[in-house]
Amino acid sequence: MNRIQQAFQKKGKDLLNIYFTAGYPTLDATVPLIQTLAAAGADLIEIGMPFSDPLADGPVIQQSSTAALANGMNMRVLFRQLQDIRQTVPDTPLLLMGYLNPVMQFGVENFCRQAAEAGVDGIILPDLPLDDYVNEYQEIFRRHNLKPVFLITPQTSEARIRRIDELTDSFLYLVSGPGTTGGQNTQSEGVQEAYFERIAAMNLRNPRLIGFGIGDKASFARACSYAEGAIIGSAFIRALEGAEDAPAAAKAFVSSVLH
Amino acid sequence: MATTSAFQPNARGYYGEFGGAFIPEMLYPNVEELREQYLTILADPDFQRDYQQLLRDFVGRPTPLFEAKRLSARYGTRIFLKREDLCHTGAHKVNNTVGQILLAQRLGKTRIIAETGAGQHGVATATVCALMGMECIVYMGKTDTERQRPNVERMRLLGAEVRPVTSGSQTLKDATNEAIRDWISNPVDTHYIIGSVVGPHPYPDLVARLQAIISEEIRKQLLEKVGRELPDYVVACVGGGSNAAGAFYHFLDEPSVKLIAVEAAGKGIKSGHSAATSVLGKPGIIHGSRTLLMQDEDGQITEPYSLSAGLDYPGIGPLHAFLGASGRARFISIEDEPALRAVAELSRLEGIIPALETAHALAALDQIGAGPEDIVVLNLSGRGDKDLDTYLKYAEQMH
Ligand SMILES: Cc1ncc(COP(=O)(O)O)c(C=O)c1O
Repeated sequence: MNRIQQAFQKKGKDLLNIYFTAGYPTLDATVPLIQTLAAAGADLIEIGMPFSDPLADGPVIQQSSTAALANGMNMRVLFRQLQDIRQTVPDTPLLLMGYLNPVMQFGVENFCRQAAEAGVDGIILPDLPLDDYVNEYQEIFRRHNLKPVFLITPQTSEARIRRIDELTDSFLYLVSGPGTTGGQNTQSEGVQEAYFERIAAMNLRNPRLIGFGIGDKASFARACSYAEGAIIGSAFIRALEGAEDAPAAAKAFVSSVLH
Repeated sequence: MATTSAFQPNARGYYGEFGGAFIPEMLYPNVEELREQYLTILADPDFQRDYQQLLRDFVGRPTPLFEAKRLSARYGTRIFLKREDLCHTGAHKVNNTVGQILLAQRLGKTRIIAETGAGQHGVATATVCALMGMECIVYMGKTDTERQRPNVERMRLLGAEVRPVTSGSQTLKDATNEAIRDWISNPVDTHYIIGSVVGPHPYPDLVARLQAIISEEIRKQLLEKVGRELPDYVVACVGGGSNAAGAFYHFLDEPSVKLIAVEAAGKGIKSGHSAATSVLGKPGIIHGSRTLLMQDEDGQITEPYSLSAGLDYPGIGPLHAFLGASGRARFISIEDEPALRAVAELSRLEGIIPALETAHALAALDQIGAGPEDIVVLNLSGRGDKDLDTYLKYAEQMH
């Protein structure tokens, strides 16, 4: 069983997954933020690899990515920062999230090897097509014991959801509605509810986390009533914006969601 | 008509190693719907009737193939200009938007989004939306809204909403990102009319097919004028590559026809201010397509530069990446200055003021190696009205 599956098995419900952009708000904030998030009660942590043109992201994550790149973040720096992370954060699942082009330029094999060496558990690349994953990446991911995480939207067909469910042993990332990260949900609660319930009724192998537009205690609790947990990204980044002490801000944020 | 099999994308949208559809799941249903339907809709006699009729009565096609005698004398070869500048709205872009608005109607879409650089594609999109009574939103980099002011006003007059984009370099790349984000947020009622042969499959093929009318006409017109369908050279500028794709399309499988693609070198290939993707680019992913793109060693997309807003794009369409890699097309890059000189030259020699994008193709004429017996067709992709401010500033500097 991998760390992601262990986390779900241990807690079962109400899992909190926090996303932040590596190298934001300062280049060296990455490791202290991971340590603080884990200690404060985040059940999974997504480490964003900043990209110049993040198509699936809204303005908040875009701006944090631009800032992180300006701070000097890149793949080599990130892996150097993460090299001893498992000494201080042994159990919390760590996922790398980003876009395909920087990974391609770094070299997929090289990327996966270094991620595995650092103790990373899962990879989220929203612009990696399923077929390309199966044909070109799956073997490499498996060799390094890395789990892919795929997104599902209200428009994703049932057949495609089943296929995605077969391709991983981690969790399914349920995008809450149409939109990029951090967007306000324009759908009615009823429409959203029907979507979450439809997926829940499919009896899938993997647990589900709901993401996009989740940002506080109330929206987290609501998401948790339809899935095993939820993912918070933009709202967390906003909490770090302009913070004097990023770890303190992180701790306060997690606490405000959980308590 | 020639078959173009060697240069058609495969079922997954690849031209050789270039193309594909690298899109987040949120876009998958939209792109998949388009992929499943575009060939059927394009082949439908009802679609073809409407498309041909609009091309004739609204766009003003066929556009003339004009023998430019004084320009020919200047370069010692026989030059024909394919007058896309005479299309309604002043550039080739409208061939694509007329086709895509008909496609959008058949897909049941009611809201249209587009990106624009020079504003020509934005104007062409706003125009067909007005014609069909559809809502139209155009994303345009803030830098471009400033340097192509008249086109912003034209779009507004046509009833479109122009949304200035302030992220990144505030040019075409960022406008395209923003249009894609809009599409992600509006997956059901919206069609994205992309302006060039870029983006995820099937867009490069869709746009190439809608622009192919250019080379279809060239073949007929050349036959009438010189007794043969095939020129020796076809020259076109490349931003994303749509006017070049249209001008090349029906010559792709005619190896005797030399295809010349002209990119913008900006202030010079080595200056750090350039948009010459074929020289400076490496394979990577931009806007959902695996193609050549300008990027740093970490795979971050770099900001291109060209005085010309329509060529200021860090990638090229996957077809062009393949044409370059396979040696089928030759790429030439032209700096700002020679392009500006070519504007003045064509204006004075032939009484035609070209768009700044097109001027890059004109400035390459003395490098293509054409002789007195050769027939050169140059795709005059657009007219220069939108660039008058830039031309005047340059003329002042010269004095
Ligand atoms: C007149 C003209 N020519 C060429 C281009 C470049 O686009 P493409 O390479 O798709 O033809 C533009 C783009 O705005 C244009 O306005």
